Amino acid sequence: MKVGVVTFPGSLDDRDAARAVRAGGSEAIALWHDDADLHGVDAVILPGGFSYGDYLRCGAISRFAPVMGSIIEKANGGMPVLGICNGFQILCESHLLPGALTQNQGLHFLCTPQKIKVENISTPWTSNFTEGLEIVIPLKNGEGSFQCDDETLAMLEGESRVIARYVGVNPNGSRNLIAGISNARGNVVGLMPHPEHAIDPLTGPSADGLPFFTSILNAMVGK
Amino acid sequence: MAKIVVEVMLKPEILDPQGKAVAAALPRLGFTFATSVRQGKRFEIEVVGDPTTEQLAEVSRAAETLLANPVIETFVVKVEK
Repeated sequence: MKVGVVTFPGSLDDRDAARAVRAGGSEAIALWHDDADLHGVDAVILPGGFSYGDYLRCGAISRFAPVMGSIIEKANGGMPVLGICNGFQILCESHLLPGALTQNQGLHFLCTPQKIKVENISTPWTSNFTEGLEIVIPLKNGEGSFQCDDETLAMLEGESRVIARYVGVNPNGSRNLIAGISNARGNVVGLMPHPEHAIDPLTGPSADGLPFFTSILNAMVGK
Repeated sequence: MAKIVVEVMLKPEILDPQGKAVAAALPRLGFTFATSVRQGKRFEIEVVGDPTTEQLAEVSRAAETLLANPVIETFVVKVEK
């Protein structure tokens, strides 16, 4: 199975994401922001970083990169897409996911192991978890506060589209402690903390992030 | 020459941590007038000659598409001499 990992100018975590894809048993395919060709991938990861320097708003300029046109079209057709951190911001700016990520309530850039609870295991990115499992993976961002209007929040909660929630103190002011959400179909998932940095205890706080990458293999093989 | 100005503000219900930090810093400097501060963005756009109605409409579309995120922000487009 081929999982594409997009590199934008300013992406930081594309190599770790590709490594995590390989650790999960799939082939990682490098995709380039300026190339609309998705090279036959079965799924796409938008990695973390500071694409286009976070100028204007995080993800606002990346959203119009040539590769995003193809990804938006395929995502609307059901292709699995995972956006991590900056990737989550790009998915919101692309309107593939509702809401927006705004500056952390405490103003500081955060970089810390964060406990989250996986609440929806019906997506292709979370199927290898057990529902309600608490995991610890790195959280590192300056604009991670998930915001949306009351109506959208009620919709996300009502449709069980909150896929992960922060456990304990709210790290960034996100509404309802939201750490990750999915689209209505479930194929597009955005996650603020970084599972790709937690696939091996040697290089991360845990290996708790690995199931995101084994899930996608299972989801595609199972088709 | 006149220029087109787009001002973007976070919606009132969206928390503005930067504005809050500024509001907290002012009294430390002896400026005690503010009950609240909100921080926004201002874009100054130059065009050849004076802006036309069509150009202003186009700028509005650009503001909606790129300059502002309507999920969390509002914007106004105006002409300044």
